[in-house]
Amino acid sequence: MTDYVSDFHGERHRFADLKDVLAKASHRRSGDELARLAAESDAQRVAARSVLADLPLAVLLNEAVVPYETDEVTRLILDSHDTAAFAAVSHLTVGGFRDWLLSYDATPERLAALAPGITPEMAAAVTKLMRNQDLISVGSRCRVVTAFRNTQGLPGHLGSRLQPNHPTDDLRGIGAATIDGLLLGCGDAVIGVNPATDSVANGIALLDMLETLRLRHDIPTQTCVLTHVTNALEIMRRGAPVDLVFQSIAGTEAANAGFGVNLAILREAQDAALSLKRGAVGNNVMYFETGQGAALSANAHHGVDQQTVEARAYAVARAFSPLLVNTVVGFIGPEYLYDGKQIIRAGLEDHFCGKLMGVPMGVDVCYTNHAEADQDDMDSLMTLLTVAGVTFLIAVPGSDDVMLNYQSASFHDILYLRSQFDRPAAPEFEAWLERMDLKDRAGRIKGPRVTRLLTDV
Amino acid sequence: MSDPWVALRTTTRARIGLGRTGDALPIKDVLEFQLAHARARDAVHTPLDTEVIARAVAPLTSVMVRSKAADRETYLRRPDLGRQLGCDIDPSGPWDAVFVIADGLSPVGVQIHAPPLLHACLDRLPGWSVAPIVIATQARVALGDEIGALLQACLCVVLIGERPGLSVATSLGVYLTYRPRIGRRDSERNCISNIHADGLSYEAAAHMLVWLMTEARHRKLTGVGLKDDRPVAAPASPERLPAPHRSG
Repeated sequence: MTDYVSDFHGERHRFADLKDVLAKASHRRSGDELARLAAESDAQRVAARSVLADLPLAVLLNEAVVPYETDEVTRLILDSHDTAAFAAVSHLTVGGFRDWLLSYDATPERLAALAPGITPEMAAAVTKLMRNQDLISVGSRCRVVTAFRNTQGLPGHLGSRLQPNHPTDDLRGIGAATIDGLLLGCGDAVIGVNPATDSVANGIALLDMLETLRLRHDIPTQTCVLTHVTNALEIMRRGAPVDLVFQSIAGTEAANAGFGVNLAILREAQDAALSLKRGAVGNNVMYFETGQGAALSANAHHGVDQQTVEARAYAVARAFSPLLVNTVVGFIGPEYLYDGKQIIRAGLEDHFCGKLMGVPMGVDVCYTNHAEADQDDMDSLMTLLTVAGVTFLIAVPGSDDVMLNYQSASFHDILYLRSQFDRPAAPEFEAWLERMDLKDRAGRIKGPRVTRLLTDV
Repeated sequence: MSDPWVALRTTTRARIGLGRTGDALPIKDVLEFQLAHARARDAVHTPLDTEVIARAVAPLTSVMVRSKAADRETYLRRPDLGRQLGCDIDPSGPWDAVFVIADGLSPVGVQIHAPPLLHACLDRLPGWSVAPIVIATQARVALGDEIGALLQACLCVVLIGERPGLSVATSLGVYLTYRPRIGRRDSERNCISNIHADGLSYEAAAHMLVWLMTEARHRKLTGVGLKDDRPVAAPASPERLPAPHRSG
């Protein structure tokens, strides 16, 4: 049993256990305060970090924050741990690991080889010792490449999910928003609809419409209706065109039960989607969403701080070789992430942890109207994430999701990021944009005008 | 050639076909968005004028209560405090029903829609014994459980402001709970949402609510067991990570 005491600069702080150290070392956020897990003072927070800095990484393998016996996510994490990959850093403390990650030795190749040896608890622990610039620097060196009808995650590219939601699932309304996004060069990561009505019949109607559009214009992308995994299984049984299986996931067995899923049902859905053989350049068929606060809101966090339990969701994702994963960072509300500062920090943390663990991490850069955040905060986060090499961002018409009632990035925002940082979409999708005459000679998306796509709705 | 977006905009409220200057939005669209966001934020942060509400529900008597959340910031950070009474309320009862007018996440929506909806409901409830109207500030849905228990109410009806969106910032929701007591789960309630100028009308909402109240008293329950037979089907909640509480 490790003793968690700090005498940092002559002030004694004692921590109950590993969970307590992790929680108190976290950057301040409302969710940990709501759960009564946060540091009681700024000095205590730094003291917890000093304990963490001296802690051998191997301790995080030996002391489970959620019991192995009662939680299948813990069993997945420990049973699938790659000790050979871990050997490269197994001698380090958490602080030493932070220093190594920032060193010139931590090349993209070495980080990729290390990923299977990193548990979520290791990723979360080192995050708490890293400033935002550290999260950006290391995140940008982690490469995770996946593929289905195009290739996501290539260095120097930025993907986008086109999210054409509609409050009543009106097919023409969703079609109109989809065309709007395509004309602005968005949608290479996925054209993904959150249905207002979560039923098998509605899911099939939406998928058929998106499939028709995709085939008519030979668009090298994938479509998805973000319905519950059990609906997706039934939709596949009925022969409807499912490219990607979606599911919201969290970092504990109990929280996943709250979503009505477990590892077995996810495996069944992955197998079913793989058997359809619909991928053109790859076979990553799963799409997951996560978000800090999900486990706490289900009262299934086991006293673990929200950033650590969020990282555990990436271990669930990793087991199913997903095409895409994204955190819905500002969506869950101010009781978990209060303001722009907390949302920005959490977005960078989630991206870093996902990438370090080998997950193709995207972000829904977003906020609700009862959070202390606005478009300026989102501009900061999307800019930072693009510098950090985020796999993809979610984009909606004019930043306004009229079904889920929150604000995400806009198609225009994606144009800004592509121009500002020279980050094109997936190469297959860029070639399609050229074939469709949507780009000018300078490679920019042409201005608003009438095209074949538009008159097609 | 005519603008094809004109026809397409009739299919969705989404902000499609916006213009561009370089990669950015034209200033007109930027300001329209900012106004919508400002209205949504004002709907969250403008306090409920409880005196105006009390006059609007007259001649019914009303009582004012507040939750343990001392201010709006605490309310937003600590949903648990918004579910607990922060003051005394004179015990009375038993009553067939108590109506709680709660500010929730859109006090502005409550200010506009709660009094007319309340009157529309009471007009349809002859013979019911109804407790004095409770006007609650910094309140979440579950605050009605403690209030209803103290007043020995058979049914608690919470009229509460819903989380504002950009297109609708003043939407009202109604939550009905049979035998309210501390610890009731959300699955033990029935909800009618989207009551606003472009949504559900007072008459339609009152009709639905009175049906639910009558059935609830008759069958001695609310929640999932009652939901299946509702006259108007409630849309299933979207499959999206968390979004557990629109107002709660």
